[in-house]
Amino acid sequence: MNTMILRVAVQVLFPLLLVASLLSLFRGHNEPGGGFIGGLVAASAFILVTLSGGVEEGQRRLGFDPLKFIGAGLTMAFIAALIPVPFGYTFFEALWADFYIPIIGKPGTPVLFDLGVYFVVIGVVCKIVFSIANDD
Amino acid sequence: MLLRRVPVLWRTLLLSLIPLALFVGFASRIPDVLTGTAHQEAYPWVYGLGFDFVFRLDGLALLFALLITGIGSLIVLYGGTYLKRHPGLPRFFTFLFIFMGAMLGVVLSDNIFALFVFWELTSLSSYLLIGYRHGHRPTRKAALQALLVTATGGLALMVGLILATTAQGSPVISQWVPGGEALLSSPYLVPMMVLVLLGAFTKSAQWPFHFWLPNAMAAPTPVSAYLHSATMVKAGVYLLARLSPHFSALPGWKETLMLFGGITMLLGALWALLQTDLKKVLAYTTISALGLLVLALGMGTPLAVQGAMVFLVAHACYKGALFMVAGNVDHGTGSRDVDRLGWLFRAMPWTGTAAVLAAFSMAGFPLFLGFIGKELLYEATLHHPLAAILLTAALFATSVAFVALAVLLGGKVFFGPSGRLAVTPHESYPGMRVGPLVLAVIGLVAGIVPALTVQGLLGKAAEAVMPAASGMELHLWHGFTPVLGLSLVTLVAGFVLFRFAPRIRRSRGWALKAGRFGPEALYDDAWEGITTFSTRFSAFIQSGHLRYYIMTILVTLFVLVLVPIPYYKLFHPHHTFAGVDPYEWLLMLVVAAAVVATIAAPDRLMAIAILGVVGYGVALFFAIYGGTDMAMTQFLVETLTLIVFVYVLWKLPNYITFTAGGARTRDILIAATGGVVMTTIILLVTDYPLVSELKLYYAENSYLLAKGRNVVNVILVDFRALDTLGEITVLSIAGLGVLALAKLKLGKAPAKARPVVEPKARKR
Repeated sequence: MNTMILRVAVQVLFPLLLVASLLSLFRGHNEPGGGFIGGLVAASAFILVTLSGGVEEGQRRLGFDPLKFIGAGLTMAFIAALIPVPFGYTFFEALWADFYIPIIGKPGTPVLFDLGVYFVVIGVVCKIVFSIANDD
Repeated sequence: MLLRRVPVLWRTLLLSLIPLALFVGFASRIPDVLTGTAHQEAYPWVYGLGFDFVFRLDGLALLFALLITGIGSLIVLYGGTYLKRHPGLPRFFTFLFIFMGAMLGVVLSDNIFALFVFWELTSLSSYLLIGYRHGHRPTRKAALQALLVTATGGLALMVGLILATTAQGSPVISQWVPGGEALLSSPYLVPMMVLVLLGAFTKSAQWPFHFWLPNAMAAPTPVSAYLHSATMVKAGVYLLARLSPHFSALPGWKETLMLFGGITMLLGALWALLQTDLKKVLAYTTISALGLLVLALGMGTPLAVQGAMVFLVAHACYKGALFMVAGNVDHGTGSRDVDRLGWLFRAMPWTGTAAVLAAFSMAGFPLFLGFIGKELLYEATLHHPLAAILLTAALFATSVAFVALAVLLGGKVFFGPSGRLAVTPHESYPGMRVGPLVLAVIGLVAGIVPALTVQGLLGKAAEAVMPAASGMELHLWHGFTPVLGLSLVTLVAGFVLFRFAPRIRRSRGWALKAGRFGPEALYDDAWEGITTFSTRFSAFIQSGHLRYYIMTILVTLFVLVLVPIPYYKLFHPHHTFAGVDPYEWLLMLVVAAAVVATIAAPDRLMAIAILGVVGYGVALFFAIYGGTDMAMTQFLVETLTLIVFVYVLWKLPNYITFTAGGARTRDILIAATGGVVMTTIILLVTDYPLVSELKLYYAENSYLLAKGRNVVNVILVDFRALDTLGEITVLSIAGLGVLALAKLKLGKAPAKARPVVEPKARKR
């Protein structure tokens, strides 16, 4: 599937898809989107690369082993759940900051949690595709 | 060499300071306990269920705590030296300290739930320690056997203690009303007693559950000395002693203890006489001694309880010492065969001295603590109100065997005729001499001046078992009493028996034959039966074909959905196609056409691609009805699934083998039923109001409480975040599962066929 058309298209689509994934991740709290959808969009960006350039290329663009994404995501989600505890709130109680950051919006523990979901989804999808595509 | 040895030695010394410090800490509590104040501490664990860590330090608990920590520090020193060249030494120490902590937990816990947790932890650490040399198959079997027997007993004990708790109204034992009246009123009196006894008897290796203990000698000798003679196997005895104030008044309790304790005591002594392996001899004498302790608790007279406490300490000291001696002999000669060993004292004077002192205590020779214990027990049997003659005879027989075995262990091995050994015997390292010597000397010192050493604490321990047994007075010299005469006759008879011991050992063939009908054979049969059954059952339910798994899941779902609907008359068809918009019709037709095309597709790739159209169609439906998040997710998942499928199909042969005949009819039937079931469910759902309170709550509070306008996302990351955390965890595990499957390369077998197909597949 390593055709010229796909390769050129991937060059354009890859950054676009990543930006779109981040946008849908951060706007997810108010508009359609969120960690799961964002993660799937990002994963499809890396898989497009894999389709055109092979697993090595997809792996190279990803930077880290997908397993690390899974581990990082799970850790983030768990930390997001734990952050309120030392402040006297219950496990998973949402804490929000009082200021806005452009694009990201109000920082809060649910945002961190959603970021964890995002990373886990990227990691799992990429790991599945990489390990199946690599099975020669 | 020397440099490499130093760190291990230092490490061992440092580690042995931990239990020693604990020992000193516990010993500093002796004055408190002697004045009668029991120290208590409580830490909440599970709120509202009565699961709390309640620790209580009374005489009995303190006695055991001192044994555990005191012998523990000697064992750490001994074990660190014994195994110092073994690469698994850190593992050994880890398990040993887990055990030590768990054992302390058992004797200090006042709450039955905490007690149970620690109890099972001792079983588990015992399993790990027996299986320390896990490269050896019989060792693994022995470890598993010990675990299964003791942990099963532990479960029985848990149920028994819960039944007792329901009757008493509190899980804290010290809050129970002594006398057992509350227990008597329980409707589950008999099961309760049986279950508690099961727990105690399995742990303390009472007949017919004794068989795991000799097999547990597969453990390294320090472990045998510590767990399987001095401490863990006494947990059952401890429990019986702890529960005595509450259970001993129950009908049949004392009789059961006396019966099983007596059988265990006599059989253990007999089996011990038949063994040739030093460690096996010691294992069976331990079984016998445990039987004696249970018997004494069953007798339940103040004298018997006092005798049990004294004998418990005497036994822990001399048996711990003798086990370590056996380890030294094994180490110095390479043999544990009592018929081959002899004349070792010259080569191993330190070990020999410890062995002689310990053997004197075991034989119940005057001046030793074992003597005082045996005197008290003789006095108890002689004064037993019901079965004085029977009990005295049984104790006499056992004591005679103990004397004979003591002469064998402390006499024959070290002073007997020179043995036939392959190597020149040599003394063991200093670290291995300390333990047995210290324990053996304690047996002597405590025997000479009992009033200055052990009397007070043992009295308090006996008082905790039985208030009437308080005020213990130990004397080395009781005057010319019948008991003294009995002791002397025992010594003489034991020496005579020792002369015949080799002949008895040689004629042990009959015992081995009898063993084929014993409880261990039953255990082996049960083991065989269970493993055979589970193998066959797994083969039956795990066909290894994905299609059958999916089929099972679907058919189960169909049955569970379709059966209740007519039964409860849930379905009232009143639905029409009125109000369906033209574009919805169009979409529906596209999806239906795609379904038909999928079925008719000539190859897999085509089928999957057309199936994607069905998925996108469904996603469009979501989008039409306002489920934007659902639609987006569906689109993405559909796309990614397609890609994964393409990758998989790439590697599969190009053709499709369609099912045919009966199988095909079956598949069509299942597929059609699936359609019917899903349609029915959807129609049923629309019969019910789609607005629920929960939905309203989410809609109203999404922005107010959770500061998000996208309700779906707010539910995912805030309202039901715990669910999501679970889901992403499952997702991660699924990802790892795929990785494992890909790495496993189960397709190795058809790999030969692949090159034929692959070039063709690559072209696509």
